[in-house]
Amino acid sequence: MLLSNTPGSFTLPPPFSGYSLDGAYDEMFHADSKPRQPYQKLYHRLLEMPLDILQQRQQAADMAFLNQGITFTVYGNDEGTERIWPYDLLPRIITSEEWETIEKGLAQRITALDLFLNDIYHEEHILADGVIPRALVYSCRHLRRQMRGWRVPHDRYITIVGTDLVRLPDGQFAVLEDNLRVPSGVSYMLTNREVMKRVLPSLIDSYGVKPIGHYGQALLSALTSLAPIGRADITTVLLTPGVYNSAYYEHTFLARQMGIELVEGRDLIVHNNIVYMRTTGGLRRVDVIYRRIDDDYVDPLAFHPQSTLGVPGLFNAYRAGNVTLANAIGTGVADDKAIYAYVPAIIRYYLQEDPILPNVETYLLTDQPQQRYVLENLDTLVVKAVGESGGYGMLIGPYSTVSQREEFRRRIRSNPRNYIAQPTLALSHAPCFVKGQIEPRHVDLRPFILYGDRITIVPGGLTRVALKRGSLIVNSSQGGGSKDTWVLDM
Amino acid sequence: MLSRVADNLYWMSRYLERAEHTARLIDVNLYHLLDQKSEYAAQRWKRLYESLRIPFPDRGMDDAYNVTQALTFDATNASSIVSCITAARDNARQVREQISTEMWEQLNRQYLQMKKTNMEDMWFSEPHEFLANLKEGVQLFQGIADATMSHNEGWHFIRVGRFIERAWATAALLDVHFRGFTQRQEEITDSVQTDHLDYLEWVGLLRSCSAFEAYCKVYTANIQPTRIAEFLLLNAEFPRSIRFSATMIQNALQSIARETNARSTSRVERLAGRVRAALDYEQIEDIIGDIHAYLENIQQQCMRIHDAIYQTYIFYPIGAALTLEGAAQS
Repeated sequence: MLLSNTPGSFTLPPPFSGYSLDGAYDEMFHADSKPRQPYQKLYHRLLEMPLDILQQRQQAADMAFLNQGITFTVYGNDEGTERIWPYDLLPRIITSEEWETIEKGLAQRITALDLFLNDIYHEEHILADGVIPRALVYSCRHLRRQMRGWRVPHDRYITIVGTDLVRLPDGQFAVLEDNLRVPSGVSYMLTNREVMKRVLPSLIDSYGVKPIGHYGQALLSALTSLAPIGRADITTVLLTPGVYNSAYYEHTFLARQMGIELVEGRDLIVHNNIVYMRTTGGLRRVDVIYRRIDDDYVDPLAFHPQSTLGVPGLFNAYRAGNVTLANAIGTGVADDKAIYAYVPAIIRYYLQEDPILPNVETYLLTDQPQQRYVLENLDTLVVKAVGESGGYGMLIGPYSTVSQREEFRRRIRSNPRNYIAQPTLALSHAPCFVKGQIEPRHVDLRPFILYGDRITIVPGGLTRVALKRGSLIVNSSQGGGSKDTWVLDM
Repeated sequence: MLSRVADNLYWMSRYLERAEHTARLIDVNLYHLLDQKSEYAAQRWKRLYESLRIPFPDRGMDDAYNVTQALTFDATNASSIVSCITAARDNARQVREQISTEMWEQLNRQYLQMKKTNMEDMWFSEPHEFLANLKEGVQLFQGIADATMSHNEGWHFIRVGRFIERAWATAALLDVHFRGFTQRQEEITDSVQTDHLDYLEWVGLLRSCSAFEAYCKVYTANIQPTRIAEFLLLNAEFPRSIRFSATMIQNALQSIARETNARSTSRVERLAGRVRAALDYEQIEDIIGDIHAYLENIQQQCMRIHDAIYQTYIFYPIGAALTLEGAAQS
């Protein structure tokens, strides 16, 4: 599964002349450079379509994003903090059989992880049975002691999940990361589709593509299904850190899609363990909070005392059962990258089933033989900090310098629990419209899973693209872009 | 509606109104400069600053280019048009989900347009066209707001913001123009033709409120200061008159009170009603003698209404609100 970069021996007609195939799975072409069945229609359309028309469509799409202010914020960048997220014109296509497997696999995984969280914060059967080492769980940065022994509303810990999938060279999808805290990106999934419908309407019409527009409604019904028991006339709000947060656009987008108030910490007050929001008509009681603020910042009295984003007293109101937070506090223990290695075991333990979607091979550095192997092979592996996300705190072996590897060697030795290693994956690549021609770029897939009274997954997800040729990093904060993702009707 | 959202909508609207007003004043002054000797220019720019209630800088403000630069593109000047548009957009961005997509797109487009243009380009192509586009952009935004947003509480807060800013700014503008007038009043009777320069000044005042044509329809092209004061203060139909603004403020505040129907709103309604009623029954002959005091008072009333809105809807004390909430629940 190591990255190989031998160019394909085929030459394709324009606009594909710059296209090359290597050891990674290509979403559009078979290894013999014949287009895969679901991509054939797109392939022929692209052969016929003059490049300047394609260029025009791309510009129209870019304008749509800019005028709508669909931007994200880059931290630590002085020249204007708002940027549009690059959008690639060409759709990524998934067949309905592939989707069926993904859907089942994700539902299975989320069910098991939710049970795991319940267990970890109560009886700890899984630890008593020795499936996961106690020390590993107790040393998770996102384990919240404050949650021990308290039943969350409806026993639901994870309501909104964005799981990162990658396609391996054999064409199989595997899980790369579970994002169980405050995953983002769903607004881009929805907007990409809207833009696609505007700029290439006939193409999408000629394929039968499963719709995704009902996400907002599904999210709202998942949230309201978790309201504290006995409350009529439920008020649900979305709690944002505010306009300077990198995902602020998404927060406004979702609040609008659901027709609920977008609140900041300063809009809420807690009195006698009841949460109110300050409205022009007086104080109004709040029942469910979709919070887009990390655990650490939700309540300065319970967690980070310096936080000004949160609401003093919110955690007590939560513990009193007067308000539901989604996701629950403390879910990060289950997406710790070291716990990730145990998810297949977690699925077997709680569901007595084999995992449908495989994990990526993962080395735990707390284990001496594994650590020795990793330290000897740093130049071929990817090392990740267990509690980080967004592509930060990573070492990509094949692209690293000697001094970077030295640095990580030192860090791993001094705190092995904080890191894991994985083989450098040859992520699949998909055709992208880059600088006037079509070239392959690495992609991943983040489907969004909702778990209220039942599991809902809108067909598709966010396909992120590493826009630099050969790059494996798809994160928006690190020069990635995205494209529309189609799940075909049949 | 969230109090913070009302706050953002209100200020979004005020900043846009301010940007439009400033653009119009600059445009009128640049245009009138063409008919004048240059020694009047410095004085004119000084008065423009005064009517915008910004202190006139000590140096470097003697030519049209520098003044226009400072009032249009200088981002370090909080009163410049670019600062107002940016502030309006920042406010809109914080309530992105409350306004329609069309409103946001128009405001965002205007902001990007503003950011893309620099002083030299604007000056050496056609400042008038740029400023006219700016005014049109703001008016288009208002039209889009009226046509695409529900006429609910948020829309009423947008209206309150616009008309409080308008009444306040128009009062300040009139005050500056009539300052010299009261002293000279004995010399100028209504039958005497004002000289050429004065004529330009008064027409300039009317144009600064987009009121020249509307004035002529009522009083013909007979330009007389007292009639101008009457028109801009007391006309019931002209949308930039102070009386019209006061009526709109009262209407919008009544609608807000109705929609929130939770608490005592008497203070804010009383204040708005008083200003409006006073203007309804005023006669220009009674106020022209001390028009400065009158206009000063209007500006103070606007600020009082603003404070009362904040006391009632936005920064109200929580203790009292909790008592009411408790009463409502039991």
